[in-house]
Amino acid sequence: MAGMASSPPPGPWRQAIRALGRNRSAMIALATLLLVTLACLLAPLYARDVARTDPFVSNVAGSVMLDGREVDIMQPNDNPLHLGLSPIGPTWRASYLLGADSQGRDLASRLLYGGRNSLLISSCAAVLCLVLAATTGIIAGFSGGIVDAVLSRMMDIMWAVPVYLFAISLSIVTVSHGLVLGPFVVRADSLFIPVFIIALVYMPYAARPIRGRVMALRGAEFVTAARCLGVPRWRIVLRDILPNVTTTLVMLGPLLMALSLLAESALSFLSLGVQAPAASWGTIIQDGEGLIYTRPMVAVAPGLAIVVVVLALNILGDGLRDALDVRDAGRRSS
Amino acid sequence: MMGALLRRLGQTVFVLFGISALVFMVFFATPGADPTARIAGRNASAQVMEKVRREYGFDRSLPVQYATMMKKLFITRDLASYVDRGELVVPEIARAAPVTASLVCGAAVIWVVASIIMGTLAAAMKDTWVDRGLMMLGLVGISMPVFWLGQVTNLVTQSRYHDTWLFSWVPGLGYVPFGESPLGWFRALVIPWIVLAVMFIGIYSRVLRADLVALSGEDFMRTARAKGLSPVRILLWHGVRMSMITFVSLFGLDFAQLVGGGALLTEVVFGLPGVGHLTYQALNNLDLPVIMACVMYSAVFVVIANAVVDVIHVFLDPRMRDAR
Repeated sequence: MAGMASSPPPGPWRQAIRALGRNRSAMIALATLLLVTLACLLAPLYARDVARTDPFVSNVAGSVMLDGREVDIMQPNDNPLHLGLSPIGPTWRASYLLGADSQGRDLASRLLYGGRNSLLISSCAAVLCLVLAATTGIIAGFSGGIVDAVLSRMMDIMWAVPVYLFAISLSIVTVSHGLVLGPFVVRADSLFIPVFIIALVYMPYAARPIRGRVMALRGAEFVTAARCLGVPRWRIVLRDILPNVTTTLVMLGPLLMALSLLAESALSFLSLGVQAPAASWGTIIQDGEGLIYTRPMVAVAPGLAIVVVVLALNILGDGLRDALDVRDAGRRSS
Repeated sequence: MMGALLRRLGQTVFVLFGISALVFMVFFATPGADPTARIAGRNASAQVMEKVRREYGFDRSLPVQYATMMKKLFITRDLASYVDRGELVVPEIARAAPVTASLVCGAAVIWVVASIIMGTLAAAMKDTWVDRGLMMLGLVGISMPVFWLGQVTNLVTQSRYHDTWLFSWVPGLGYVPFGESPLGWFRALVIPWIVLAVMFIGIYSRVLRADLVALSGEDFMRTARAKGLSPVRILLWHGVRMSMITFVSLFGLDFAQLVGGGALLTEVVFGLPGVGHLTYQALNNLDLPVIMACVMYSAVFVVIANAVVDVIHVFLDPRMRDAR
């Protein structure tokens, strides 16, 4: 970069945004994420005006008009080995675009509604996880000594339990009776429970790099300078440490959301996450498990949605890491 | 050297205590409901509730409850399931463990070999379409929920393409013990191995490539190039060998976590009766003693495995001996 002396150089954030803008795959990923989010937000409109069904009411006895013919939603099986009825497959028309699930509900509408919960839970979990991890990481890294030792050992212990097992254990004790935190009572089917569990389980994963960054900053000259000037500790944390940790936080955000989305789908698949009648991509995959050989679309479609979103988040995370790593960028251009 | 090992042992004991206390707290001190009701199962009679309360010491203080539980788990090993009419939990875990071990070991072989090939190839062809393609493939692998990948694989190999030459050898879902028929064991496990390995191939090949690329700027690599060694030899002999340090420590952690129950979803989808499957069945019955025992045993296993990996490191890498 041959800097023109006329204007001051752009700040680090603007530089990072520009670098990200030049990264084509990251931009495609971002556009995909926005599109999926928008589509899921429009779920009620789709269900009411396009599919014209209620995706939360069982519709086993219903029928649908296809090319002027009336077709039952539950149809006799085309495979003689399987007895009973199976739901209608993809019609590729406005109603029952992707077919129906085992209760005759429109799969495409449920997919959009499920996406709302999946995206809501994973993004909230990622944010909560970052808040928890930043608090612990900053306290541990800035205090050092015994506080750091205790907090770090606690993180080590939490991280030693296999992530999904830890999440499952927490879910199984809260799924039947909910959670009572002093005056606050969280109902068992509340979406806050999976959010809290996922955030807690991934906290050590995010806290470790934050703590490392804070440890490095603690010895930096500007922090020493502030100390010598007698600036109170809380002010140093807020004014000097926190702004320098934000790049790490921003970088971790999409990656944590990707992990949360996968964890949420696993919990929901095990009936420990989102509770019926609400849906998420994980619960729809579970609904589709019994239909996997007859109507694979029910399980395949939500899984594809998960893959697309998680992939986009991972690509975006990679792009952010490249764009924000100022030192690395400097080395490359020199 | 002795000092480093002793310090490590002390840490392990501490972490073991911490992790058992954590798991205990999750199951018995989570605010919400009475642990007695959770253990006794749904619709338990008053007598059963009273028996559970006395057996686990729920009418006494938390430390006493913790000690009682640890005794039942690791010393007397008589922890029993109330939902499943007094089935002893610990022997059940011991019966399921070989299945999980078979699954994870096979998957580990596949993911180590595949990721070393993919990572090295990508690093060797850095910034070409091969590199980009392989890394994108790895990213896709990381982004797939393993239980969904398992279902789709089942759909392809058990149903849609089962009658073609490609998948006609795939047996129905389930497990065949190695002692019964080694070939059957292999055939039953190949597909689960691959499915479980996919995510780790993605992670490890990306880590390895990044490591190799970072290493190529190091002095000893430049020296090797200046000596006139062939690029292949430099990459394999100097680069890959050096990256193995990161690789091994990552591997130890992941392997232990998988054996300790991380393979639950794979076992469920493929109907393999391992520890994860046991946990899953207990989840469906809300059979708390079984779940807790599985989690506790796996956590303990993970801690011990990590300690073993660290000790191996101390022996392998001289720098570790005086570190801290």
